[in-house]
Amino acid sequence: MLDNWLFIGIFISIAAVFPLLPIVIARFLAPRRPSLAKQETYECGMETVGDTWVQFKVQYYIYALVFLIFDIETVFLYPWAVAFDVLPLFAVFEGVLFILILVAGLAYAWRKGALEWA
Amino acid sequence: MGFLGDPIKFIGDWLKSLIAPLNLPPVWETFLSTLTSVIAVASFGLLIVIFLIWVERKVAARFQDRLGPNRAGKYGLLQTFADMVKLITKEDTTPETADKVVFNIAPVLSVVSVLLIWAVVPFAPTWFGTDINVGVLYIAAVGSFGILSILMAGWSSNNKYALLGAFRAVAQLISYEVPMLIMLMVPVLLASSMGMVDIVARQDMWFIVVAPLAAVVFLISAIAEVGRTPFDLLEAESEIVAGFHTEYSGMKFGMFFAAEFLHIFTVGVLFAILFMGGWRGPGAEQFPLLGMVYLMAKSTVGYFIAIWMRSTLPRIRIDHMLAFNWKFLVPLSLAILIVTAILHKLFAATTLYIPAMLVGNLVIFLASLGALRAVAQRQRKQRKPFKKRPVAKAA
Amino acid sequence: MSTVQIVFLFVGFMILLAAWMMVSRSNLVHSALWLVVALFGVAVLFVLLEAGYLAVIQVLVYIGAIAILMIFAVMLTRGDVESLTHITNRYAGWAAVMGAFLLFGLVIVLGQWPAFQTTSPEAIESANPVLDLGMAFVSPDGFTVPFIVASVLLLAAFIGAIYAAFPRKKGE
Repeated sequence: MLDNWLFIGIFISIAAVFPLLPIVIARFLAPRRPSLAKQETYECGMETVGDTWVQFKVQYYIYALVFLIFDIETVFLYPWAVAFDVLPLFAVFEGVLFILILVAGLAYAWRKGALEWA
Repeated sequence: MGFLGDPIKFIGDWLKSLIAPLNLPPVWETFLSTLTSVIAVASFGLLIVIFLIWVERKVAARFQDRLGPNRAGKYGLLQTFADMVKLITKEDTTPETADKVVFNIAPVLSVVSVLLIWAVVPFAPTWFGTDINVGVLYIAAVGSFGILSILMAGWSSNNKYALLGAFRAVAQLISYEVPMLIMLMVPVLLASSMGMVDIVARQDMWFIVVAPLAAVVFLISAIAEVGRTPFDLLEAESEIVAGFHTEYSGMKFGMFFAAEFLHIFTVGVLFAILFMGGWRGPGAEQFPLLGMVYLMAKSTVGYFIAIWMRSTLPRIRIDHMLAFNWKFLVPLSLAILIVTAILHKLFAATTLYIPAMLVGNLVIFLASLGALRAVAQRQRKQRKPFKKRPVAKAA
Repeated sequence: MSTVQIVFLFVGFMILLAAWMMVSRSNLVHSALWLVVALFGVAVLFVLLEAGYLAVIQVLVYIGAIAILMIFAVMLTRGDVESLTHITNRYAGWAAVMGAFLLFGLVIVLGQWPAFQTTSPEAIESANPVLDLGMAFVSPDGFTVPFIVASVLLLAAFIGAIYAAFPRKKGE
């Protein structure tokens, strides 16, 4: 069991080394002549005005909230799906009920207009 | 059997015989053998991307009635190497106001998140990196590092376009992750296991046959997760320059580029494993190499559809794209999950199994078409008639 | 020391470091990113406990959703947070003393708690823990009612979150 995860642990470090290599190689091979103009923030040739940190629409946050709820829903449903073969019919409908209760939430969000972009 | 029967086992045995005389403690032996297989799987993932960039450019060129790369090497096969040399020798600029550390971590993290998926891919009956019992959720989980890398890149660039691009990208990616997570549940449910090896082993009947709609919705949402046309709002050049990687140049940009190309092929591989039986095919159990060939051949199906969509469809507007997800794909995927679950429980192991599943899918398909039709009709009625304006008279 | 213990110590140190960095940064986005490191460390701890499902959930929900949500929330605030935030004020010294006392007391009290002297019972051997979890959720002699209550709770959170976050129209 832990051996499987050892593989993934080593994989993470190797997977981080592989993309680092070309970046490091490029650092030695590529020319480096920094200048003020090059290091300016790119805004299609105009000078930037004001802060980068503009205030964002609340809509992004609402999408993230809805996503979080569905994420947690799947946490409950995946074990249900794994046990599916040995479940009685009653338990299958229980899972369906679980989904339907969340559909009510989605319907509320829809009615409320929380899924609209504008 | 020898080398051709199972080359990986052959090489593995040879390597084991090499280190046997050293009499290492067993911990080190496990570590070394794991390390070797990690390097094998990871370099396979990275080497294939070099080839894939060429494939995609060739195929996309044919869609656009061009020849594609044809100068560097035979059929332009060396084009990607030429590109790599170019990227490596390009100056790598970092904006003055950027957050340097976060800026440099982001491209690496983006490749890591895609490469990590390959750890659980079963290439052939006996060839797989590792088989954890939560494989499917693991794939979804490592995807969240990709989302994080985009947010990091956009924020650390300290550029309005980059930050706006990153925010749009993340809103899109987390939205399309919902139908993807739900559709990943269908193969899990049919196989009663989250392990990738188990899912392939249980597909005596390809899951695409019993759950075609689930396969289609998975493919759509997975392509949207990669963020390419028609879902490439994160880099809509006419609106936000190049999106979250506006400020990246040289090899760091190359890493985002490589991650995207690898990701789209990985989607094809996952599609093949989850819905098209993975390595399964005649003779694959005796000759693992054959299984690998089958898997790669099947992967090109999803991969080709993705390139096809890319070269056919225009970019979708962001409000349309998010509405399509939340108001169509999410309800649809929940309906598919419910119907598949009930029908699978009722009809599995009966002769009516496949017809029942197909009828269920057909009913959902027709119902969703009907719903779309009704919505379109209502919108057409609501549209205000076009008002004629007087044309300015020529002076 | 076994390999698992070495990894545990290393990861534990990493979590503590990340947690300290998180609370001591004045840049809110940096804090959020350090939080991600700490959360990832917790996922590794779950793996060491052979709880692969929890580890994956930890990454999927906490890093994939909650960390992103936090960065979004930071970005919703207007502007120059960095220069306005002082992470210490003039009571910092007293707070440190009080904190040290509290920690000392906790160590003494918890050190006498018998659970720390006994070794934990062996985990129940299971061929497929996730399947057992699924059975426990929905089988009639399992946690059926809590399972459904959890979904009602999620529904309440869903509606509450949208109600709270949605910008009110005038006169509402």
